[in-house]
Amino acid sequence: MIVFLSHLINGLSLGSVYAIIALGYTMVYGIAKMLNFAHGDVIMVGGYISYILMFNLGMPWWVALLAAMLVCTLLGVLIEGFAYRPLRAAPSLAVLITAIGVSYLLQNSALLIWKSNPKSYPSIIEGSLMLIKGETASDSLSVTYISLMTVGACVIIMVGLTLFTSNTKMGKAMRACSEDKGAAQLMGINVNKTISVTFAIGSALAAVAGVLMCSSYPTLSPTTGSMPGIKAFTAAVFGGIGSIPGAFLGGLLIGLIESFAKAYVSTQLANTIVFAVLIIVLLIRPAGLLGKYVPEKV
Amino acid sequence: MKKLQKSNLQSVSGSALPYIVVVAAFFIVTLLQKSGNLEQHMQGMLVPVCCYIVMALSLNLTVGIMGELSIGHAGFMSLGAFSGVVASQSLIDAVPNTALRLALSIACGACVAAVGGFLIGLPVLRLRGDYLAIVTLAFGEIIRDIITCLIVGHDKNGLHILFNFRGTKTVADLELVEGGLPIIKGAQGAIGTTKISSFGAGVILILIALFIILNFIKSRTGRAVIAIRDNRIAAESVGVEVMKNKMIAFVISTTLAGAAGALYGLNYTSLAADKFDFNKSILVLVFVVLGGLGNMLGSIISATVLTLLPEVLRGFDQYRMLIYAIVLILVMLATNSPKMKALLQKLLQDVKTLLFKAVPKRKSEGEV
Repeated sequence: MIVFLSHLINGLSLGSVYAIIALGYTMVYGIAKMLNFAHGDVIMVGGYISYILMFNLGMPWWVALLAAMLVCTLLGVLIEGFAYRPLRAAPSLAVLITAIGVSYLLQNSALLIWKSNPKSYPSIIEGSLMLIKGETASDSLSVTYISLMTVGACVIIMVGLTLFTSNTKMGKAMRACSEDKGAAQLMGINVNKTISVTFAIGSALAAVAGVLMCSSYPTLSPTTGSMPGIKAFTAAVFGGIGSIPGAFLGGLLIGLIESFAKAYVSTQLANTIVFAVLIIVLLIRPAGLLGKYVPEKV
Repeated sequence: MKKLQKSNLQSVSGSALPYIVVVAAFFIVTLLQKSGNLEQHMQGMLVPVCCYIVMALSLNLTVGIMGELSIGHAGFMSLGAFSGVVASQSLIDAVPNTALRLALSIACGACVAAVGGFLIGLPVLRLRGDYLAIVTLAFGEIIRDIITCLIVGHDKNGLHILFNFRGTKTVADLELVEGGLPIIKGAQGAIGTTKISSFGAGVILILIALFIILNFIKSRTGRAVIAIRDNRIAAESVGVEVMKNKMIAFVISTTLAGAAGALYGLNYTSLAADKFDFNKSILVLVFVVLGGLGNMLGSIISATVLTLLPEVLRGFDQYRMLIYAIVLILVMLATNSPKMKALLQKLLQDVKTLLFKAVPKRKSEGEV
């Protein structure tokens, strides 16, 4: 039971990281209708920025987090402005390849600036909370503060984004753009600005995810972001891409499945199990768990 | 989009140009090789370039002709590579002739990839758009993970295959009889493979792939697939079977990917399953998109140029992948952004007027 609970906690913590990344993915996809493959690399940049500020310049973690968010936000807006905006009318494959180019660019710039050897990233908050005290270490159950913080941050972000998209003017503009860009423009919505804001939010979330992820899984290298990026993208599709609660649910489920598969089936096949579940879900519900099925217009 | 597809079709039909280019390139490279003008590391690139060209042609059939984005194509290459290696290593005594063994191995790799393509196509082709893309990605990763768990060996009693589920088994568990040959060692991949791939075989494979694809496009099924791509609902309403036609195209595509994989696998003494990851699929997709969707000659050229580009940039050493990334972004912007296109056209016009200043002047004088 204790073992099960500890895997559950691991899964929730991992899932929350995926969920935060997936929220960024899903917002960008919902509005710009593009797969932003560079998203995972923005996470990596966020990780490095916070690492430098905290461990080379000795700043407190919250300053580092805010600075990382700021840098990633700028980076996201710049990427969107330079690489994606000129291709607004281009076929989606062209945008996809450009996104891959941006991803390579970020990875290789990081490789040049920060070198390839992985850095060990100490957790921003040490210590853990004892939940069940037992005689031995294997009898007791504890949860690290960083896991609690990750899950908390994830829930806050999810609720915040839901409120933002449903209540604010910008949020409404986003929903309008995701439904029909042309009509939104006719209603006086500045589509380009809306997309920029979406990228800004998505990239800021990526920075948060980068800091939290590196704190839980303490290695940082130029390719740190790519696999979590792919998994988070899977999570976004799993929950129904474009849907904010869907990304949250998908992220948590993918994290839990991965954690339990590693513990009870096979470490080597954990990814296979995650992807197999994804395939089965998509066959039963082709638009993801919470995705809206849009019938085709003839 | 429609205009583009139409022109692609026209360029494909009745044109022998791709064949001529491939054969000409073969002769030029052979000449360079004979005269000793080809550098050592470039010679090592010849077979991989052929493999990537076949991969690009194969993926172009799925993405360009069928119009479905597949981002797990390296998985089929991997299936072909490892089954090709197993076939070749097992046949080492039975078929001493390397050319024949290579052909048999490639055929074996192609068959395995075809079966894989059929099984994966059943669920994948029911989905659409980005969902289809993500499922191909998932299958690519699954194939990689499963091959990482395989331990295969061959002795006089036949093939021994172990599935290393928990990561505890080793080659010793295969219990090979004396003289047996371990072929795939789990996470290390295929080790101790006898290299039998050759540039000539690669060129022949490219020609076969071209022949199959160019004829497929003109066939009844090929035309049906293009009709489905352009408008699925319209095609369905005139009685085109969507699933069947798409499946045929997809299986042909994966078969060719498997053949390319077998050639690739037999070009290295050791090969790990990790080589065929998501990045490899993306690499091939970049070839296809940069070469032009549905344009086979474009795929051949871009696969060649982009495979050799990092080698050519070797002088820049650590900056080469950075340059590659920037080139990729700039090319996509230049070919797809309307502003950049206009700018390029204007530049071209300026250059023309600069070069042929006299010509337009005389014309205008004549008009006056």
